[in-house]
Amino acid sequence: MPLLEVKDLKTYFATGDGVVKAVDGVSFSIEKGQTLGIVGESGSGKSVTCLTIMGLNPKRRTTSTGEALFNGEDLLKASPSRLREIRGNDIAMIFQDPMTSLNPVHTVGTQLVEAVTLHRNVSRGQAKKRALELLKQVGIPRAERRIDDYPHQFSGGMRQRVMIAMALINDPDLLIADEPTTALDVTTQAQILTLIEKLQSDYDSAVIMITHDLGVIAEIADDVVVMYAAEVVEKSPVDRIFKKPHHPYTWGLMGSLPRLDADLERLTQIPGQPPSLLRPPAGCRFNPRCAYVMDVCRTKAPPLEPVRGDATHLQACHLDEETKDREAARLLHMFASGAA
Amino acid sequence: MVRYIIRRCIWAAALFIVVTMIGFVLFYLIPADPAKFACGRACDEAQVQKVAHYLGTDRPLYVQYGRFLGRLVPFSFSGGPHFKAPNLGHSFVNRQPVTSIVGAAAPVTASLVFGGMILWMMIALPIGILSAIRPRSLLDRFSMTGVLIGISAHPVWLGLIASYLIGYRLGWTPIAGYANFFHPLYAQPGGPVQWAYHLILPWITFAILFAAVYVRMIRANVLETMNEDYVRTARAKGAPEARVMRAHILRNALLPVVTMLGMDVGLALGGAVFTESVYSLNGLGYQTIQSLNNYDSPTVLGILVFATTAIIVLNLVVDLLYAWIDPRIRLT
Repeated sequence: MPLLEVKDLKTYFATGDGVVKAVDGVSFSIEKGQTLGIVGESGSGKSVTCLTIMGLNPKRRTTSTGEALFNGEDLLKASPSRLREIRGNDIAMIFQDPMTSLNPVHTVGTQLVEAVTLHRNVSRGQAKKRALELLKQVGIPRAERRIDDYPHQFSGGMRQRVMIAMALINDPDLLIADEPTTALDVTTQAQILTLIEKLQSDYDSAVIMITHDLGVIAEIADDVVVMYAAEVVEKSPVDRIFKKPHHPYTWGLMGSLPRLDADLERLTQIPGQPPSLLRPPAGCRFNPRCAYVMDVCRTKAPPLEPVRGDATHLQACHLDEETKDREAARLLHMFASGAA
Repeated sequence: MVRYIIRRCIWAAALFIVVTMIGFVLFYLIPADPAKFACGRACDEAQVQKVAHYLGTDRPLYVQYGRFLGRLVPFSFSGGPHFKAPNLGHSFVNRQPVTSIVGAAAPVTASLVFGGMILWMMIALPIGILSAIRPRSLLDRFSMTGVLIGISAHPVWLGLIASYLIGYRLGWTPIAGYANFFHPLYAQPGGPVQWAYHLILPWITFAILFAAVYVRMIRANVLETMNEDYVRTARAKGAPEARVMRAHILRNALLPVVTMLGMDVGLALGGAVFTESVYSLNGLGYQTIQSLNNYDSPTVLGILVFATTAIIVLNLVVDLLYAWIDPRIRLT
């Protein structure tokens, strides 16, 4: 049994302009100790998917359907109190912006201790000891003194370390990291990723890494889910997708990945904007931006199907196999020749 | 911290000088002679001169102001340096020491203002929070309408209506008057129960305007804070809603409210005039109006000195309190 299995998850928000289908039929699963990368542009539904799993969407005007089976228990049907037991204990989450994710009026120690005492029946002293231990593990220098400092006395990178410590303090089975490095500068990004990887192996947690950076995915993920406009367009083990990406949107993401080793004149970009989720385009949702668009794409939505000869690699595109082979090879060749 | 307090005290002294000076000049500019007024209608010119000399109003402005400051400082050099009790001079009208006039009026105003403040916070906190939790709900719309009425209605009108309906028609409360908390005057009601009983209507009248303002402010602050990332973090930790509200939302949302409270104490002292007039409470506001009508400048200045000092001290306390509850603020 997978640790978390998401089946046909849909999250709709009712707004004044109509229903926003923020997540529209997303399925994936993750095994114990594995890392799943969810990649896509802003507004593709990555974050909302995870907030729905955690039950953290605003309750008013939100409807969620489908299943999110965590150890066999459907989180979408769990009571609020059961969800509170799970949150921060079995499933923990790290957010995008460490600058605003910590409460400014409590010391980091207090906030870490709160995370422990909410789930464990331990004294404050014991909880503080545990908090100190975690702060040391995430690499806060002079943790004994820093534990009584307030968030504003920490830098962005250090705050994200605190957030990671807070997430791991109860030894969760699943850690959801929602763009944990986006708000940080490049050198800190690498440190934080290394830290998450290391702690993941120490604690044997599964990680869902939400990002728009395929570089991050290549570095730490076992499996990849590519999301576009609230849907999954491609899903595969990480080595396969980098060897042969199948969806034009994935090609676009890869083409826009800056590489130091490739001497490209300019980055390729995906033309246009992500579609409105109020009125998504008919057929394939990527068709208005796709360079390979055919008539069928405008009328018929492509199903998510296994690629030929590989049941673990799923994709949703009408293009024929030959074109995909050719374009994927061209993309990879471009990188290879650029490096030469 | 100590340096901060010292600097604040120096500023307070400067502010004090400016406020009293303006008060003095204003009285000097009024085209009315307090001596004539104090002397009475039957006085002739020579007698008025005599009274003016006795009151000191025949001396130049700077001499009068110097004497005023001299009375206030707690030491004197005349007849060898020695300490003395500071005083505010005597009333032009009845020769009572201003200190005792202020001393009698201040507890009345303090009772009204602080009691009213507690009442308005007791009204504003729950309604503001509930409106924020359920925006656009029936309660929210109802309270926002109430807020509009509360802000628009003048305390004098409110006071008269309340006094007529609740005090006179229903007879539930006294129509007017005050009862001392300690040491009631001869043949008058007193004690904590009578004190509160007499002040219920004034408190309500006084609190409604501020309660309305604060409901709106608390609602807006709570609504804004509810969308903060750290509130989501708290929920992601598994904190129950009540804890999220108390430890994470309110703790942040009420920070600006503390500042506003400090500033509004001054405003409230001014607003107390209306409530005191309606309910014949012999507080600072009521006393000020009477003294102004009698050109009794020492009493008015005495009240000015007292009110200025009270506001300066309260503001300092609030600022220190603010630094204590908001760790991001360092007093330097």
